[in-house]
This record gives sequence, structure tokens and C-alpha cells, in this order.
Amino acid sequence: MTMTKATDMTGSSASGKMNFGQLARDNGTFLALIALILINMIITPNFLQVQTLYVNLTQVATIAIVAIGMTLVIASAGIDLSVGAVMALSGALAPFVFLSEFGMASPGLALVLSIAVALLAGLLCGMFNGWLINQFAIQPIVATLVLFIAARGLAQVLTNGNLQVFDNPAFEFIGSGRVLGIPFQALMAVAFALILSWVVRRTAYGRYLLAVGGNAKAARLSGISVNRVRLATYAICGVLAGFAGMVVSAINSASDANQTGQLMELDAIAAAVVGGSNLMGGKAPIIGALIGAAIIQLVKYTLLANGVHDAVALIAKAVIIILAVYFQFNRSE
Amino acid sequence: MVDTPVLKMTAIRKSFGDVPALTDAALTIRPGEVHALIGQNGAGKSTMIKILNGAYRKDAGEIELDGQPVRFSSPHEAQLGGISTIFQEVNLVHYRSVTENIVLGQEPKKFGMIDWPKAHRRAEEVLQRFGLNLDVRQPLHHCNIAVQQLIAIARAVSFDARLVIMDEPTSSLDSQEKQVLFRVIRDLSAQGVAVMYVSHHLEELFEVCDRVTVMRNGGMIATHEMSDVTKLGLVSEMIGRDANQIAESGATGFGKTHAGSKTVVLELQNLSNGTNVKDASLIVHQGEVVGLAGLLGAGRTETVAMIFGADHPAGGNMAFKEHRSFFREPAEAINAGIGYCTEDRKAEGIIPGLSIRENLTLAMNPRLAKRGVIPRMAEREMVADFIDKLSVKCAGMDQPIRELSGGNQQKVLLARWMATQPDLLILDEPTRGIDVGAKREIQTLIEGLSAAGLSVLMISSEFEELVEGANRVVVLQEGKTIATLTGGDLNEDSLLAAVAGEAEGAAL
Repeated sequence: MTMTKATDMTGSSASGKMNFGQLARDNGTFLALIALILINMIITPNFLQVQTLYVNLTQVATIAIVAIGMTLVIASAGIDLSVGAVMALSGALAPFVFLSEFGMASPGLALVLSIAVALLAGLLCGMFNGWLINQFAIQPIVATLVLFIAARGLAQVLTNGNLQVFDNPAFEFIGSGRVLGIPFQALMAVAFALILSWVVRRTAYGRYLLAVGGNAKAARLSGISVNRVRLATYAICGVLAGFAGMVVSAINSASDANQTGQLMELDAIAAAVVGGSNLMGGKAPIIGALIGAAIIQLVKYTLLANGVHDAVALIAKAVIIILAVYFQFNRSE
Repeated sequence: MVDTPVLKMTAIRKSFGDVPALTDAALTIRPGEVHALIGQNGAGKSTMIKILNGAYRKDAGEIELDGQPVRFSSPHEAQLGGISTIFQEVNLVHYRSVTENIVLGQEPKKFGMIDWPKAHRRAEEVLQRFGLNLDVRQPLHHCNIAVQQLIAIARAVSFDARLVIMDEPTSSLDSQEKQVLFRVIRDLSAQGVAVMYVSHHLEELFEVCDRVTVMRNGGMIATHEMSDVTKLGLVSEMIGRDANQIAESGATGFGKTHAGSKTVVLELQNLSNGTNVKDASLIVHQGEVVGLAGLLGAGRTETVAMIFGADHPAGGNMAFKEHRSFFREPAEAINAGIGYCTEDRKAEGIIPGLSIRENLTLAMNPRLAKRGVIPRMAEREMVADFIDKLSVKCAGMDQPIRELSGGNQQKVLLARWMATQPDLLILDEPTRGIDVGAKREIQTLIEGLSAAGLSVLMISSEFEELVEGANRVVVLQEGKTIATLTGGDLNEDSLLAAVAGEAEGAAL
């Protein structure tokens, strides 16, 4: 279809000017967020209160952090179903360290160590995913199913399936602390997003990631180690999931291997897709994922605050995903 | 001709944004006629096809089919209306059976279920018209590409079309398969079905077409009876240059102004891969253009893929400069100083979603990046330089590469490898599917690079290109090196003899 492209080219790009329709399509996600906020201002009682903002920021951060990692994985033409389970594992591991005898004896060191262990667990899980996919050429959706089951299982074994309650203000800062009045984890989400979108745009790794996702064959023939890029990408995703797991434990002052990160993989994928990710790979709209996460959160909140049943909220989420995919489809045409 | 034309398009206009693709296009095709549509990339052929089959909507103009005005809003509607299109790239379902691919969308039904025996029979009948006798129950991907293409054509024809549009139908066929296709086209024409034939290969037009329409810049330049025109005349109309001028400077952009040195850059001995490459040997000297000739399936692409480390050999020896073994990965070959421009630009060359800039610097990122970060200014300067040097036609370096024409994509891919400053550049069909103008530019470029000391190993199926462009041509036949032609021995007749040789009848 070489000739087709020649004529297409004159169409989409040479026409330089932007009309409103174009603008709406390119920034659809952002406009949807604005619309949601406006709707809430009208229908949701007490929406415009600082308290509402805090609640939402606190809750959206974990989705956003995981969605950022998921966006990278999706950009590599993969998917990671294990993020929720990895959250449970990391969320259980951190308290496991500072609640141990050693942890009680030297709390300062234990705090650092517990965070390090939790992140390391995320890293190893991510690398395991990448390794499985590389080594055995398994499809990512199947490969990550392994840890989707095993990581949560491991977390349950660690905690005997019980709620691990703790009282550790320093650790809880991750989930309930505020810096300049803004929830700590929300700041972290923004920081991760800024750093990683810089990485995608400016580093060789970022270029390789998009190349591998866009055309793995061509990437390999251009000298890129597809395996290394994948390994790194799943590792980053794992670390971010690990961090999100700690946030959840810190918010609750307890680790819950059964509940932490439940259905997070779906929220994260939804946020990434709503944010403009293409499941075929080759695109990494990190800031989009942030907005996508905000939309998912806000829809949940809107329904909850207006007394709609949980089950209906799930359906609403499904509708959002369908809409996102629909708009994406139109965009790519 | 008193007959109502089967197709009459008049005053067709179409713009994309502010850019006109068709200005005042018109085309008349008579019943049973084989009508060629030619032009450079961007001349508007594809837009014509897409307007005709309902993929695009025209801005103005009339389309009449058998004297009736028509307006199709999708390829499916066009198909039902009697216009079938066969695209350049085979568009079938790989894991389903041959039968399913042929009857897809028009399955014979019985009690609401697909009537399989009837479906298989129909598929067999359709294929027999093409002289194809094969197991229609096997999955499509078991058939080779050429057979798949014939199946695609069979499918299109089976829709009782009044007009069949063929877009580069021979691009993956060998000469024997082409003859089968031409026979089918003649059969169709005898049955009163018109064929619109779009091709870059002008020789084919003389073999099979009745008339030809030349397009340039979105308009019609001329329509001729095939018997009234020469190849040279058509080329000059397509590119808008004087025929004498072209005759003087040769049909390709090659001039063969220099010979290579005596320093051996690449030596390949008795290469095999356990399947279709059996005993391939060749030598490339510094500053030399070595052609690699052979029929489809002779193992040319497989051979160069092994040189580049993209595939792993089963046997043989290789020496590249001081490196005395095969490369395990393309990355190693690139580091050692080899570049490889693949045949299939879309599947193995471009990263469609990335910009021209990002595609161009892809292979040299390791050298460009400083501690993993790509220096923005240095990159932009380098890309601007290449765009300028190779006159890549684009809206800017940040335009996605998928929006470029084939010729311009190829230039960017060449630049990708030039940027790595290789000692050996492997080119697999560097001018396939590219319009005449860009083709000459690329050929001139290759010539210039080799004059500057770069060694080139070039696979090509175009004898003109090999004879005029290469210092030596190595001929592969069924995976074996059977001849090396140089100097006076290198002409189209000797090449044809060597390539065809005993391989006659062996293909398909």
C-alpha cells in the first residue's frame, strides 16, 4: 500500500490547521475530565469542598501509579495482569519487615529496609514477567497470569491470610502524609509521571520502547535488544505496583493480602486506554494515563456520592472503557 | 466502440484538508477491457481506487457504472455493485482454510448453517479457473505468498464482478505465476469483465493491457492504446520529463563510474541454513556494488539475513573485515559496520507510529545518546541534514513516517543506515514499489555512496538495475551460488540465462 500512504499523507498532516473537531479528538480525555467535574459540580452535593479533593487525590494515586507502569508495558505491545497481586505482595512484605523482631529493635533501619524489600519484590516480580515472556515467547497476557495468581498466594502465605494491623506513623506517611497540604502519594504519582514521560521522550530506552511496541521486528533489525527493553519495562511496572501496594497498606494501617490490589489490573488498563494507550503498542501517553486514572476515580466517586450501587459502578466503568476504545478507534482512522 | 462503458468517471475531485489529491480526474473503461492506470507515487492512483471502491468519498464529480450513476459508501457496497478490489498486500485470514477465505461473506447456506461440501466445491471451481489444484481445506498460511495472492484474486473474481481492480497484483509473483495471472486476466476480459490494472512494472502492461491511462499530480495526462506507446514514452509522461533525456542517461540512475578496490570486505563461503540456502558463497570488495540475483525463493533474502545476524546459519564460514565468524544478533553486525535495508519496508523497516526523526536515528542511538539521553539539538541537526541531502519530501521531521510515500520512506530507511556510517550496506530490493522519480534518486544515491568507498550488496529482481548498477552480480539458484558475472559478461541476456538456467519449471 505504498501508494495509499502517499495520498494519505497529504490528508492528515499537511493540512496543518486545527479545527474544533480535531481539537476535541486530540484532547478528548482531558475534555471528558472537565465535563465530569462540571457535572459533579451540579449534581453531587458538597463536591466543591477541599475534603472531596483530598479523598479523591488519596484514592486516585494508587490507580495512577499502577496505570503509569501499565502504560509503559502496553507501549511495548504487552499487558501486565499481575499488578494487583504484586501490590498485595509488596503491601504485605513491608509490614512483615518492620513488624519482625529485628524491625522492633531498630525501627529507623527497619523502615528503610521494609520499603526497599517491598520495592525489590515488585522489581523481581516484574523481571520474572519479562523473563517468562522473553525466554519462552509466551504471550504477556498468559505469562503475567502466573504471578496474578502466585504473587497473591505468596502474600497470603506470608500473612497466614490474616489482616496484619500495625501502628507505624513513619510508614503510614506514605499513605496519609501531606506535603504542603497535598497527599504524599498524589505527589509521588505526579513525580513518577513527570519522570517517566521525560524518559519516554528523551532517552534511548524510551525510543527503544516505542520501537519495540511499534514494530518489534524492525526494532531488532535496527540493533535493539528487544528482550532487554521488555525486561526493563516489566521491571519498572513491577516497582510501581510495589510502591502502590505500600500506599494501600499505609492508608489502612494494615496489610490485607486478600483485598489489596483486587481488580487493580483492570483499573490500570482502563486508565491507560482512556488516557490514549493503544493496546497494539507503540504509544506511551503517560500524562494521559494520569488523566485516565482521574476519570476512572471520578466516575466511581460520582456514583458513590450519588448513592448508586457498587455493582452499577462496575457497569459504568465498562461503559467508559468501551467509549475510550471507540474514540481511540476513530482517532486511528 | 458503441458499447456503454463499464465505468465512466468524470471530473472527480478530492482534497485532504487543503491539499488536493485529485484535481480533475476522469477515466473511462470499456467492457472487457484491461485498462492500465499508471503514475508516480502520489499521482493519485490510490485515491482513484479508493473513491471507486467506496473507501473514500469524492468531493465532486460523477461515477457511472454501466451507464448508471453510482455512489458507494463502503468497499462492501462496491463489491455488491460489481467492483472488486485486490489490494497490493494480501488481505486474507491466515489461520482459516482456503475455502473459508474464498467464500467469506458469501457462504452458501443450508438451514442457516454453512453448507461446507458446497463451499469446498465452489472454492475448488474458482481456483481451477486459475489452474490451481490444491487442498482447499488446508489453512491458508500453508500456501506460499504467490498462491495466497492468486487466492485473493480468485476471491475477488468469484463475486461476479463487472470490474476488477488490481493494485500491483504481481508484486509477489514469479514469472511463471505471472503468466497464470495474465491468462486469468485474459479469460476475464473474454467474459466481458473489465480489469483496472495498476502496476509499476511497465513491461507487464505491454503483455496484458489494452489501454493505459497516465496520471500525474492528481490529473490525467493521457490515455493511449497500448500498441501506440513505448515504455520510454510512458515513463516520460509519468515523470514529466523529455523522452530523449531519459534515453541518454539510461533507464536507471546508475552510471557505474568506478570500480571497487581489491580489499575484501566480506567473504562468505558455503553458507547454508538447513532449508532453502544450501551453498551460497560470495565476496564483496571495498567500494564495490555486488548484485545478488535469483528467482523468488532462490534464498537471496535468507542469505543476507544470515550475514546480518538476523538468522542463524547451519553451516558455512563468514569473514567481515577482521571479524572471523557469523554475527549472533543484528546489534553485533551493526557495531561491526553493516547496515541492512530490508525488502519489506512496512513489516521490517519502519516503526509506523514514530516520526521521521525517530525512525532515522533508530539504529545509531547507541552512538548518539550520552549516558542514555538523546541530545535533542544534535539529533535534529543530523536529521535535517539527511532530509536535505536525500531530498525527503515531508511536512517536517516530526511527521509520522507512515504518512510518507514509499519512496520517501525508503529514503529515510537508507538514511537510518547511512547515519551509522557502515562499511557494508546490504540492500534488499531497494527500489521495489517505488515510483520512477524516487527510484532514480535512490539509485544515484547508492552509486554515490559506493563511489565514496562504501561496499554495497544489493538484492534486486530488476535486471536493468543489476546490469547498470552492479560491478559484479552473484547469481543464486535454489540456495546455491551458480555464477558470478562481471565486466563484459554482465548484460541482461547473460543474467537472464544464469537466473533462469536449469531452474525453469522448478518454481511454485
